[in-house]
Amino acid sequence: MLQNSPASISEAISTAVDTCDPFVSSGETSLLLRDLLAGSLLGGRSDELSGSSVLIATTDQLIAAAALIELDGVARRMVLCPPDSLEEYLPSIVESAEVDAIVSDRIINHPGTARVSSFIHCDGKIVPKGYGSPGRYETEWVLLTSGTTGVPKLVVHTLASLAGAISCEPSNGRVIWSTFYDIRRYGGLQILLRALLTGSSLLFSNAQESTAGFLARVGAHGVTHISGTPSHWRRVLMSSSARLISPEYIRLSGEIADQGILNHLAQVYPQARIAHAFATTEAGVAFDVNDGMTGFPCSVLERTPGVEMKVENDSLRIRSPRTASRYLNELHGPLKNADGFVDTTDILDLRNERYYFVGRRDGVINVGGMKVHPEEVEEVINRHPKVRMSLVRTKKSSIIGSLVVADVVLRSAPGPEGDGDRQILQDILLLCREELPSHKVPSTINFVSKLPVADSGKLMRPRHA
Amino acid sequence: MNVRNEIVTQVKQVAQEQKKRLPPLTDGLELLNSGLDSLCFAILVSRLEDSFGLDPFAASEDAPFPVTFGDFVNLYEHVAK
Repeated sequence: MLQNSPASISEAISTAVDTCDPFVSSGETSLLLRDLLAGSLLGGRSDELSGSSVLIATTDQLIAAAALIELDGVARRMVLCPPDSLEEYLPSIVESAEVDAIVSDRIINHPGTARVSSFIHCDGKIVPKGYGSPGRYETEWVLLTSGTTGVPKLVVHTLASLAGAISCEPSNGRVIWSTFYDIRRYGGLQILLRALLTGSSLLFSNAQESTAGFLARVGAHGVTHISGTPSHWRRVLMSSSARLISPEYIRLSGEIADQGILNHLAQVYPQARIAHAFATTEAGVAFDVNDGMTGFPCSVLERTPGVEMKVENDSLRIRSPRTASRYLNELHGPLKNADGFVDTTDILDLRNERYYFVGRRDGVINVGGMKVHPEEVEEVINRHPKVRMSLVRTKKSSIIGSLVVADVVLRSAPGPEGDGDRQILQDILLLCREELPSHKVPSTINFVSKLPVADSGKLMRPRHA
Repeated sequence: MNVRNEIVTQVKQVAQEQKKRLPPLTDGLELLNSGLDSLCFAILVSRLEDSFGLDPFAASEDAPFPVTFGDFVNLYEHVAK
């Protein structure tokens, strides 16, 4: 945890870069942090945004990172848009977060309301800073995470809550981080902050880059610390470029790390310390597991400094200074229970003094680290005129953690594999592909005669994965 | 059932559904150059589990990951024996 809480991230970096000269690199562009601190990537206009609620919606991760550094402590609120945010939800995000300025490196035509009065275009060039003296704010950092209805949840953190799990030991320029994650999501943002606050360098991933290309870049820069989901790492192990990298430390998070992936990584990277971590956008970083085994020892629940954890109704509950404070959009209800605990809805199974994650109580499906709410997929399937009802559930995958499967009841009984049913199946899939990103489209659709419905009339969701 | 033929059929089916362009499926083709992403591989392995009644990736915690299409076919041929 940061011992001397800095007023802003730029103040913290100023201290950290004193002893070394870390850089950030997106492949095409590399910048020294001291140059970023000395100048402005926002056209020298950050003082105009003093006290504003700013939406950071850039294509380039490096520009997003620069905006965060420049605006923390200056803006009242920063809303960090992941690259795949659907523009249709932009008006709702702008309203809920009371956005009055947008920072972007692309044209955003329809922010949705007249509320947005300022638009700052970033072209990636560093210019001299403005001469204004912006006020000092304890800036809210707002992260987007998927919601049941498709509208993203707006989760409010502060620099202190986000940095709560980060050791303040300076790396003296020796550590170079990289991550498969995008820094606009919680897992990636953790790595950005780890690098910035410890004076380490950071190599960003690039969604357009091949796995081999990214690994070559990681290897060429001598990356020492690297994080990703188990699914990212399975893809690495299927690459002939896997041995181009030689990390000292490998961190897995975002999905259940099974024994297979932990064993494989230990075989291919025998020099590396391998840890898997549990964190959620709402609950923050809870704990790391360093013993090379899947699951976690039950002692972790009692012996993790600064984090209170308990299992209630089989699910993991977390209370700590690292948890988010609230949702900005009220429709998602309270983020914490009355006692201040966040219910992760992750169900734990205790076997031989060790807890194992076995699924989600709310049926949320984790496809390679990306959450899928079954209701969102069911709503699309149920639009088909021949569908009476549907139940979307998870199917375990040894490659990507989970796949989406749909059980569908038709209005008229399905024939014995007739052409008509096959056509309906194709139509449903087409509808899903038009309306949903590919990881949310069911990999299998089963026609069933009935689905389990409770007395209340609600679908009974399978409790475990 | 011929293991290789079934794998080729399913790879082509998944590629078509996911609108991915496949190069010729030679043994030396690197899987990550096949145009299939992780989601495609997950769907493929799930379909092959339906075909063969087994998932070699789940069956062993230590077997090396296949790198080429030939490795992939061998993995299934080996466990299907």
